[in-house]
Amino acid sequence: MPVWEESSLSRVVPPARPRKLAKVPFVELAEGRLQGVVSSGSDISRVYVSSVAAGSFGLVCRTNNNRPCGGLRGGLCNHILALTGEAVLQYGGGRVARYLQTDTADADPAAQQITQAIGAGRPQQADDGAAVAGQVFARFLRHLTYLELPATTAPVPEMHWFPAVGAVA
Amino acid sequence: MRLDLLLGELPGLAEALAAVDAFDQALAGGLLRPQPAQAAGLAALADAVAASPLADRVAEAAGKAAAGVADEEHLTALAAARTALLGAVHDALLARVDEATGRTRDDAEAFVPGETPSPNLLTAARAWLCDLARAGWRGMDHELVSAAAPVVSALLSDPALRRPALLLDGFAAELAASCPGRTLDRIPLRRWADLWTRGMLLTRPGALTAPAATPVSGRLLPLGVDVHEHATAVQAQVHAVLEPADGGPSRLVRASVSAPKPDTVVGAGLWQLLRPHLSLLAAAGDGRAVELTGMPVTGEGDLLWSDEHARPGEQTDVFATARVALPAVTGGPAAPLDRHPARIAEPVLVEGYTVERDGEALVLASAAGRLTVDASRVPAASPLTAQAVAASGACIGLLRWDCGEFRLQPLAVRTTVRNKAASVQAGAWAGGTSDKNAAKAEKAAADAVAALHERAGRLLRR
Repeated sequence: MPVWEESSLSRVVPPARPRKLAKVPFVELAEGRLQGVVSSGSDISRVYVSSVAAGSFGLVCRTNNNRPCGGLRGGLCNHILALTGEAVLQYGGGRVARYLQTDTADADPAAQQITQAIGAGRPQQADDGAAVAGQVFARFLRHLTYLELPATTAPVPEMHWFPAVGAVA
Repeated sequence: MRLDLLLGELPGLAEALAAVDAFDQALAGGLLRPQPAQAAGLAALADAVAASPLADRVAEAAGKAAAGVADEEHLTALAAARTALLGAVHDALLARVDEATGRTRDDAEAFVPGETPSPNLLTAARAWLCDLARAGWRGMDHELVSAAAPVVSALLSDPALRRPALLLDGFAAELAASCPGRTLDRIPLRRWADLWTRGMLLTRPGALTAPAATPVSGRLLPLGVDVHEHATAVQAQVHAVLEPADGGPSRLVRASVSAPKPDTVVGAGLWQLLRPHLSLLAAAGDGRAVELTGMPVTGEGDLLWSDEHARPGEQTDVFATARVALPAVTGGPAAPLDRHPARIAEPVLVEGYTVERDGEALVLASAAGRLTVDASRVPAASPLTAQAVAASGACIGLLRWDCGEFRLQPLAVRTTVRNKAASVQAGAWAGGTSDKNAAKAEKAAADAVAALHERAGRLLRR
């Protein structure tokens, strides 16, 4: 058995890379989708909840008041383009493409190559769009609660399983 | 230090780890419909603890699990057996470390079960872990893994449950990124079984204890900063020598601070989350001692820090601390349930070596033996680089053990530049930095947090 499998400290998930959050405050690869939240360019209290399903490329883009995004008819809207762009910044193109199962020839594709691959698959709007948008928005609100949780000076021995990620990992 | 002792074989180690590996393989396939090979793996674990007080319960549990009918009690018994084996490995390794360093160590206090906060929540967490064991890593899917989210959120909201909360949060995130399990081409068998086992025991009623702490006063001399992080949490631990004011023997102690965090706050941006709660971080970064008055300390040597018990002391040099104070210190024991090789992090000073390259790794080689450097654990936001280690003549580090060997995680190195000695510390930026790139990264992280606060302000309170 290779050593990687016999290590308590194998690196499974590469760390997220920092990015600016003003336009797209939340991106994740979870629940079989690239999903996240995109701030509206015109109304500061509105956000769009957007997602692309892995494999099928089923699309969802709705406002936080659950109205469908007008830009989604007949192709990818600007919110999904912005979401994909920020996902590539945060996770790297390779990881996003692998998760979505896009057929990009490049091992580390740019956001544009990924959105082209999605578009080439003639994506449809997901049937359960309203439900998906609700779930994603709930996960975004959950993520925001991490800001409110207090620090503690009691030791957490379990964190020894999660060593800092060095420059030469 | 007797490096040669760290290289020697440990009797029984291979057998203990073989039983652990056999169980880990069985867990990977899931315990819903176990195959004959999995049954053999479960039996191997039971055999390994046959001479212990756990024998009967584990033998019964292995039998039930092999038949695909293990309930929560049975799975807990299997987790206990695996914990006991790795606990024994931990004890043998730590005894070897103490022999090599010539260090004495206090005995652990007997385990006293703690009170159980939020028993229903812990029951929900265990139920998820049991479902996970039935599906196995190869059988897990998005639905199963995302079922952890409400449990983790509830655990996080109770500060008394921070330990299982951070553990399960980090574990579930790794599993989610690896779903569905049937498509995995390789599985971190030891690691995920470690995290599952730890979760099973930590969520058991009584397992979480508030360790007895006694107030201590004296001079605290920092040795270095160790950083832990996953996507949504970070912890810094400052290792230090405590010289008690009452003239008692010096002790090795740790001070910790941890915080949940958004996943995009990483690298140099992490320090600002921790800095306000532990003034020791700044002192360690600046190379200053700290005077403690009535600071609570546990039997394991964990300072339960609050700034009111601390005031800044004189300038110190970490290498002077390591040369003068470290040889005479007494080490703290690990709490009974925390005994695991991954927990070993013993501060040592290594000198008089030449640095050799072994593939990508650096090796500190001397007549006494060879010690591989684990530079991957030094945080990216640090002036301590592999190049600095390669150019060093002395190194303070944490002895760690993984993948069958001891390695050294550097905390500080001493280099000679133009005939002038200089030391570089992994945690040099903990208290703040004048480094241009690090300062820029800190500012960017602060902006990211501000952007999320703004969104939270508009969207959360509706």
